[in-house]
Amino acid sequence: MQDASVSLMFAGLHRSGESMSENLLELKNVSKRFGGLVALDNVSLVLKPGEIHCLAGENGSGKSTIIKIMSGVYTPTDGEILIDGKPLTGFTPAQSVQQGIQVIYQDFSLFGNLTVAENLALNTLLLEGKKSVSWKRIRDLATKALARLGVTMDLDADVESLPTSGKQIVAIARAMMGDARLIIMDEPTTALTRPEVDALFRIVRDIQAQGIAVLFVSHKMREMLEISERLTVLRNGKKVAEGPISDFNEAAITRAMTGHDLTDQTYEWKPAAAIDQPRLDVKQLNIPGALENIDLTLHAGEIVGLSGLIGSGRTELALALFGMNPKYTGSVMIDGKKVHPKSVQEAIESGLAYVPEDRLTEGLFLTQSIERNMLATSFENFVSGIFIDRKKADAATKAMFGAMQIAAPGPQTPVNHLSGGNQQRVVLARWLLTGARVLILNGPTVGVDVGSKAQIHRKIRELATQNGLAVLMISDDVPELVQNCNRVIVMHRGRFVDEVSADTLNEDALNDRLKALK
Amino acid sequence: MTIFRRSETIIAVILLVAMVLIGLINPAFWSLDNIFGLLRSNVIIGIMALGVLVVMISGGIDVSFTAFAVAAMYLTVKGMLYFGYEGVLLPFVVATLIGLALGAFNAFFIHTFRMIPLIVTLGTGSVVRGLLLGLVGTSIVNIDKMPPQLINFAKVNLVNSTSATGTNFGLTAMILIYLGLALVTHLFLRYTMIGRSIFAYGGAPEAAKRVGFDTRKTLLFVYCFAGALAGFAGLLQGSMIWQANPRDFAGFELDVIAAVVLGGASIFGGRGSVIGTLLGVFMLVMVKNSLIIMKVDTTWQRVVVGVIIVGATALTAWRDRKKLV
Repeated sequence: MQDASVSLMFAGLHRSGESMSENLLELKNVSKRFGGLVALDNVSLVLKPGEIHCLAGENGSGKSTIIKIMSGVYTPTDGEILIDGKPLTGFTPAQSVQQGIQVIYQDFSLFGNLTVAENLALNTLLLEGKKSVSWKRIRDLATKALARLGVTMDLDADVESLPTSGKQIVAIARAMMGDARLIIMDEPTTALTRPEVDALFRIVRDIQAQGIAVLFVSHKMREMLEISERLTVLRNGKKVAEGPISDFNEAAITRAMTGHDLTDQTYEWKPAAAIDQPRLDVKQLNIPGALENIDLTLHAGEIVGLSGLIGSGRTELALALFGMNPKYTGSVMIDGKKVHPKSVQEAIESGLAYVPEDRLTEGLFLTQSIERNMLATSFENFVSGIFIDRKKADAATKAMFGAMQIAAPGPQTPVNHLSGGNQQRVVLARWLLTGARVLILNGPTVGVDVGSKAQIHRKIRELATQNGLAVLMISDDVPELVQNCNRVIVMHRGRFVDEVSADTLNEDALNDRLKALK
Repeated sequence: MTIFRRSETIIAVILLVAMVLIGLINPAFWSLDNIFGLLRSNVIIGIMALGVLVVMISGGIDVSFTAFAVAAMYLTVKGMLYFGYEGVLLPFVVATLIGLALGAFNAFFIHTFRMIPLIVTLGTGSVVRGLLLGLVGTSIVNIDKMPPQLINFAKVNLVNSTSATGTNFGLTAMILIYLGLALVTHLFLRYTMIGRSIFAYGGAPEAAKRVGFDTRKTLLFVYCFAGALAGFAGLLQGSMIWQANPRDFAGFELDVIAAVVLGGASIFGGRGSVIGTLLGVFMLVMVKNSLIIMKVDTTWQRVVVGVIIVGATALTAWRDRKKLV
């Protein structure tokens, strides 16, 4: 249990160090540019002593740039940093620590091979410039650090043996040693279970009670609403909203983060005046024990959802179509031409593209350029003789770079310099370059933040409407299916058991049918 | 409690079991003569192993130290002969410094160019061996030329005894140097900030930088330490076997690395102890010694060393993996 008198004592101790009226930290019109790329554009942000402030934004909105500026890792291109109302020039990481600013990174920066005690004490010993190590002192420092958080822990346990929540507590306790006044937590709830999140929030409130400000960097709206007092929202490097948390609700935060409302934009597909032949036509596809009598017809511009419980055969169907499990009977036609791909290579050649389960980005070569990533599956389309036809390839990637509206200086930029949403566009561009006419997506937005999700959805719709692709979207995410598909097929035990068409498609209807399967 | 889960305890138990087994097969194993001989064989490999241990804790590997040892030994002996120098202390200081300076090259390449330690040390080891043979000489300095004061120094025994057959034998005093260096290494790793920085760097290099360790200093120290110990061990080896052979120690790095891995150091870095290494060294020397007693061909001894490296590495890797889950 937290000892109230101790925290009050600490609160007093810390508040006496500074005058109450001052802002703890202020960024004044701060900009940060990397070459031609503007990471942060004229952002002002005020942190008050002892407040819990939330910095919200999607991937690539400038959150991590702000953290790095506050911790002295980046020097702003323009603007001022003020601490206790005093402007600081040439702000360095060492100065940042001296001013009591501590960052807890997502990976915690702990030493898994060392004990809890040593992890806690090392910083302090280093700051003191110690040459030798007293193990008694290490234990004392560690005991004190944990007492301050009101937690007990085995000091001799190796940190790598702790669960994530335990590691986080060690990281927080370590950050609070010395004279922390501001603790910045980068996506602290990512790997935590709900009870662990609750425990974390109790600790954060304890920290606050000791007069320490906490900057919570996150993209999870429910958690922001729960813990923070004030909120600042970034989008594309600009501050787009700020204010006390009472001014916001989930929809308002989403709107601020993404720049538009994400709800009620369902997908409507209007069949072309004269549909002669379907893009994909599957007849009586059978795999003994996995798929039974599958009939599926996709037209150009259609986005068809494929829903069902895990193990219903959705993925098996995708793998069969994509040449990864060619032992099926039945016929598959693409644009009227019979195909039976026996390898991924053949499937790509016949006009299919499959983006597997997991995140879209897992298929990227992060240190390689956008261009190379785009060409990764379609180099053979740009070959003359044994060499790559550079001109042809350049022209194609440049066109795709423009068409996909990728926010980067050029196609040569390495993919790891891009935000999540932009990375996903590169993956989609790659498949478009293969000349795919049928796109199969499996869980296209698993683990993606709200804004990127919306971007991916928008892109998928564009691919369907403008490029005439037929899309088969496999997903467990009911709202995603309802929003993006013109019809949804329900699969169960290897068979298509139901279909919900556009006029009756809504979340309740789909949920009911899925529940009926259980 | 935790003492039973510690790698050192497990190694010690395995060692004891092995000793009992070997003693059953060959009762002569327990003769004082044999035990003293075993301990004597621990000295050189053990001193080198201390250096390799520190390198492995830092998450690196060193295969160049035997080349440094040879260079330090051969250069120092040649120098002594050239100048007609008659002391003992200064030559050991010089040999140590030669090893240290060569180790600094390793650290420089590994830190500055972020190169993989294995590649760097393969390269520097090869260069040093090549330069030694090409520029300094290929002839062996034998007992007739070898500085007598070195031989006499290495001959000092702690205990002298006579065996049943009437031959004299003793326990070499060099074992004290080895144990002394082991103690220093242990205290240093455990009770100095730079020692702890080696563990920190081996566990999480990026985090070590973030908390404010001077990782350049850490790496410099690690590779210089390994080089210095190798240089010292090189000259000591020459003194103990009464000759300076510029082709000595070929393939010996594998024995040393095997001993360190056997002693429970992690190939992933961040784990390892001096006590474990002492046990590992003893175990390796004992196994090789038993093979000789059992008249197993030397080529087969290479097989055994290889199996030990792979087996012990697999075991420690398995142990460390399990902890990550």
